[in-house]
Amino acid sequence: MTDTVAAPAAPDFDALAVGDVVAEREFHLTRDSLVRYAGASGDFNPIHYRDDVAASVGLPGVLAHGMLTMGLAVQPVVDWAGDPARVADYQVRFTRPVAVDPEAGADVSVIAKVGQLDAEARSVRVDLTVTFEGATVLGKAQVRVVLA
Amino acid sequence: MNPELQGREFAPTAPYLVGREKVREFARAVFATNPINHDVDAARAAGHADIVAPPTFAVVVQEHTLAQLLAEPDAGIDFTRVVHGDQRFTSTRPIVAGDELTATLTVSSVKTLGAHSMVTAESVIADADGAHVVTAISTLVVRGDD
Repeated sequence: MTDTVAAPAAPDFDALAVGDVVAEREFHLTRDSLVRYAGASGDFNPIHYRDDVAASVGLPGVLAHGMLTMGLAVQPVVDWAGDPARVADYQVRFTRPVAVDPEAGADVSVIAKVGQLDAEARSVRVDLTVTFEGATVLGKAQVRVVLA
Repeated sequence: MNPELQGREFAPTAPYLVGREKVREFARAVFATNPINHDVDAARAAGHADIVAPPTFAVVVQEHTLAQLLAEPDAGIDFTRVVHGDQRFTSTRPIVAGDELTATLTVSSVKTLGAHSMVTAESVIADADGAHVVTAISTLVVRGDD
């Protein structure tokens, strides 16, 4: 077999230090993003695409699926790690909703930092700070990446 | 909600065949641009049998188990009052296109905090050989009467 595509290199574990920012990215969400995620995931809860339903249950507007925010927030880490298969564990707590304006959309920013290093397992705990309108929307957002 | 749900194990879901185009569709929806999520040659060069699903893809399979929980006649869970509290995926290996996955749900805890209830649902996802792939754990908060 001839490889025309090379396997992605992993980051150098030994060069990492706790506190290092390994990735940073901004995401622009629109209502289209929510419809696309609804179809892809099978979560058709109308609070993610109908203003009238969102208002009737007291929400500040149509919200992004928490699982969409979780799903995109890990992507900068995947690209840093080089291979999505290096993500062994990923957890978040949903602390604040992301309301997506029909015209302006919503901008979500992600900063990924090294939180802990396990030299024996050559695994890195990457801590995510995910914010919308200046406030964090995910708590205890941690990704364990194995670089062995 | 019914505290007797704690510890209950449900029947395994029907096998879910992970389609290559489904993985690509999900990857686009979560802004995944890594070639290993989309391109078979890139995935094979990295040692995978086929394209690799994004880390949160297991939610598609887990969704079937949460539907079982909400449909349980004695659960007493009002879907319109459910809020997603937290979520975790712990993997043994990544999901790749072509996998046939089965999920088995266990309600690991039911707690009451004032008017609210919290239920932790653990879905163990295995492949066609019965080997563990990923465990998806969700905590759902069921809001009580105001």
